[in-house]
Amino acid sequence: MRDSLIQFAPVLPEIFVLAMVSLILLVDAAVDDGKRAIAYVLSLVTLAGAAFLTVRDFSTMPLLALGGLFIDDPLADVLKLFLYLSVAAVLVYSRGYLRERGLYKGEFFVLALFALLGMMVMVSASHFLTLYLGLELLSLSLYAMVALRRDSSMATEAAMKYFVLGALASGMLLYGMSMVYGVTGSLALGDIAQNLADGTDLRIPLVFGIVFIVAGVAFKLGAVPFHMWVPDVYHGAPTAMTLFIGSAPKIAAFAFAVRILGQGLESQVAEWRDMLVILAVLSMAVGNIAAIAQSNLKRMFAYSTISHMGFMLLGILAGSQNGYGSAMFYVLVYTLMSLGGFGMILLLSRAGFEADQLDDFKGLNRRSPWLAFLMLLLMFSMAGIPPTVGFYAKLAVLQAVVEIGYVWLAVAAVLFSLVGAFYYLRVVKLMYFDAPHDTAPILARPDARLIMSANGLAVLALGILPQPLMAICVTAIGASF
Amino acid sequence: MFGQSILSLVIWVPILAGVAVLATGSDRNAPLARWLSLGGALMGLIVAIPLVTGFDTATSAMQFVEKTTWIPAFNVHYHLGVDGISMPLILLNSFVTVLVVIAGWQVIQDKVAQYMAAFLIMSGLINGVFAALDGILFYVFFEGMLIPLYLIVGVWGGPNRVYAAIKFFLYTLLGSLLMLVSMIYLYFQSGGSFDIQTWHATTLGMTAQTLMFFAFLLAFGVKVPMWPVHTWLPDAHVEAPTGGSVVLAAITLKVGAYGFLRFILPILPDASHELAWFVIMLSLIAVVYIGLVALVQADMKKLIAYSSIAHMGFVTLGFFLFNPLGWEGGLVQMISHGFVSAALFLCIGVMYDRLHSRQIKDYGGLASRMPVFAAFFMLFAMANAGLPATSGFVGEFMVIMAATQVNFWYALVAATTLITGAAYTLWMYKRVVFGSVTNPKVEAMRDIDAREILLLGVLAVCVLGMGLYPKPFTDVMHASVVDLLAHVAQSKLP
Repeated sequence: MRDSLIQFAPVLPEIFVLAMVSLILLVDAAVDDGKRAIAYVLSLVTLAGAAFLTVRDFSTMPLLALGGLFIDDPLADVLKLFLYLSVAAVLVYSRGYLRERGLYKGEFFVLALFALLGMMVMVSASHFLTLYLGLELLSLSLYAMVALRRDSSMATEAAMKYFVLGALASGMLLYGMSMVYGVTGSLALGDIAQNLADGTDLRIPLVFGIVFIVAGVAFKLGAVPFHMWVPDVYHGAPTAMTLFIGSAPKIAAFAFAVRILGQGLESQVAEWRDMLVILAVLSMAVGNIAAIAQSNLKRMFAYSTISHMGFMLLGILAGSQNGYGSAMFYVLVYTLMSLGGFGMILLLSRAGFEADQLDDFKGLNRRSPWLAFLMLLLMFSMAGIPPTVGFYAKLAVLQAVVEIGYVWLAVAAVLFSLVGAFYYLRVVKLMYFDAPHDTAPILARPDARLIMSANGLAVLALGILPQPLMAICVTAIGASF
Repeated sequence: MFGQSILSLVIWVPILAGVAVLATGSDRNAPLARWLSLGGALMGLIVAIPLVTGFDTATSAMQFVEKTTWIPAFNVHYHLGVDGISMPLILLNSFVTVLVVIAGWQVIQDKVAQYMAAFLIMSGLINGVFAALDGILFYVFFEGMLIPLYLIVGVWGGPNRVYAAIKFFLYTLLGSLLMLVSMIYLYFQSGGSFDIQTWHATTLGMTAQTLMFFAFLLAFGVKVPMWPVHTWLPDAHVEAPTGGSVVLAAITLKVGAYGFLRFILPILPDASHELAWFVIMLSLIAVVYIGLVALVQADMKKLIAYSSIAHMGFVTLGFFLFNPLGWEGGLVQMISHGFVSAALFLCIGVMYDRLHSRQIKDYGGLASRMPVFAAFFMLFAMANAGLPATSGFVGEFMVIMAATQVNFWYALVAATTLITGAAYTLWMYKRVVFGSVTNPKVEAMRDIDAREILLLGVLAVCVLGMGLYPKPFTDVMHASVVDLLAHVAQSKLP
């Protein structure tokens, strides 16, 4: 009896989150609209509790649980902590926005936490089955979140597109997994890696399987040419949901890619590296060039996300611990910047007004120098200009590809990031060089302002002292591989 | 107490002063912001003085060295130090910052705190560029200084400022990003080090050297700027406020030239020798062609901007002659150009503040209205034309001498600047200052006040002092230059 209980110890944070979601679901059904804050507070408590449990049982070495379905390693624990942090930031940022739009409902919190649970399962999965399970839990929650604003045709359309294309991607992923299963006879990542390390004579089915898996992963990351859903979903979804989709799920998608490619299929790096090279170059090209043409900030960020995911793939395709560490650093930094960028749109929005046009940022320096300064930091960080942390993220992935001898890829990457610098500079230009065209006072709540300041200053502080975060990434990857 | 960390002070005092100035907030506190910035700039200059008094001119080694780990993950260090090449540039920068703060005292009435803070922060970052001995640290300062400069041009600039600011930013970013890839390559070639002095000793094949040569050349050539990547400079200059133009011309151009001495020549000596003809060609084109372009400018700022490009052509020419005279001439030319171009842009600023025009044709007959100003302007115009006894003469003369030793034709072509330089500067001076007053507004112009006399007077002393007795400057550089030349003469091919 005791032994079987110990089995569950590594899964404690997940169990806790699941229990709390169920509790919130019950409590929220019982209270009326005026006491919605209960669900909000309970959600934050859930995050804090999960963080406590993760820190308390922080693992120093990989530990398989639940019969090999689940792995608790430093990589998973670190990523989970960042997931909690990012979801908490989303909740604080979107509170005012949701309330003004009648979306401040229990469903939002429940869906957000279910999505979190899905992500936690993803980052801790060591088996195709758990990976897929986590991914679907995340995806279904996200589809529902996008559609939460029922009366908006745009949001519904976005949810529909997201769902159809997401289902297609899941199908591809399953197909690829089944082929790999056929070749290796196992669904557990560890067994797959072992079987493949000895070599296999079933090359063709294996490569086919890898192609489908990479396509599925690319879809979830939003890498070109599987990126079609990203701009429409980012643009169509209510900004609070865009904020959610644009932050934590990227961390989970990174873990997903590293678990499958880096741990399960590590011996096949020669096969998937070339595929990722193509995906990365196309993503950086299309993302950065298409972003220039956007007049809607959410759409612009969507294309910028595509290009950032291309950059992140540079780290993964290096196929080394150095590369995975760099990619992890990149995705964490990206999440931080993305939270800030969308958070700023939420902060400037008010009842009946979405500050999601580029022109809405005109003259922000006159309306609020502090917010303009924070946005300036975020934009320069996304462009990869020191002394912001975005620079080190780019530096990390670039050195990873130079290390494996792909200097041309690094050159291509910096040239596309030069293209990207243009549209980030344009945002700064609007804020600082132009006169305001909207002069209404900014009614952001103090808690959202506070977290925005922390978010923006973190970009600068980590830019001046990037070592702690880098060390975390290097150690987590080093101890998990 | 701070004896061990002078360079850190030189970098961080202006930056922290800038942050303090930012904290004064809106324009209601403008006077406070002004005095605070002046205090910050003066403090920045004062903490730089030990660099001169404590400098050992006998050695070529790095002095005032500070080194602590910064990012162990990539073996990056917070590593500072100066030699005879970088020390005068740091001093020049700290000095010019004070002038810029005074120059913007009355002219800038809008967002004063942000304006002053941008200059102070930039000053600290530029000091960092000159003092950094770690590749990544250098890159952080090198790129970081673009942010304040972008804002200065874009917020306080002229009508076409947005175009100029974005063009300037993207142009310089293009060069630096390729340099970043080269740096990462060097990191792996040198066995995992970003230390610049380690890179100096790293052996590199010819192909790698050649490719990196062009990457670095683009990065620094854009900043210098060299023909044909110079086109951002006239735009940025014309649209920048006076202070921005002064810093651009006096300091940021030197960052590019400094990069040649710290990176290209010592790290890639074989490629530098092999491709010296290429750089010399570009430099001579800059000297001759850009000189002619300056001749036909109708806008005074544009004229001085083009003349800057021509003068910087002398600097790069001197560096690629590979003899001590050429290098020291180039360095003297850098410092001298810092004084002269700063002074000329301040003169144009003085006129612009009164008439709100930079067009030569709007002026004429200033001599009768502003005699004191006309005298100062005369001195700086002469220095720009390279008149003996001014600082402008020393550098040009040394470089031409050095060129004669290498190739007579180089010297001959370079020497044409003595004609074109005099032509465009003095012709502009004649049209602006002499003749009869045709524009009724010139009639009402008052002469310069005490603040402006102070600004121009200090620079006049520098220009004359350096022209009459350049020895202290060359003494400081000599040991470093000789040592670096010896290093560059050795092949690094494996």
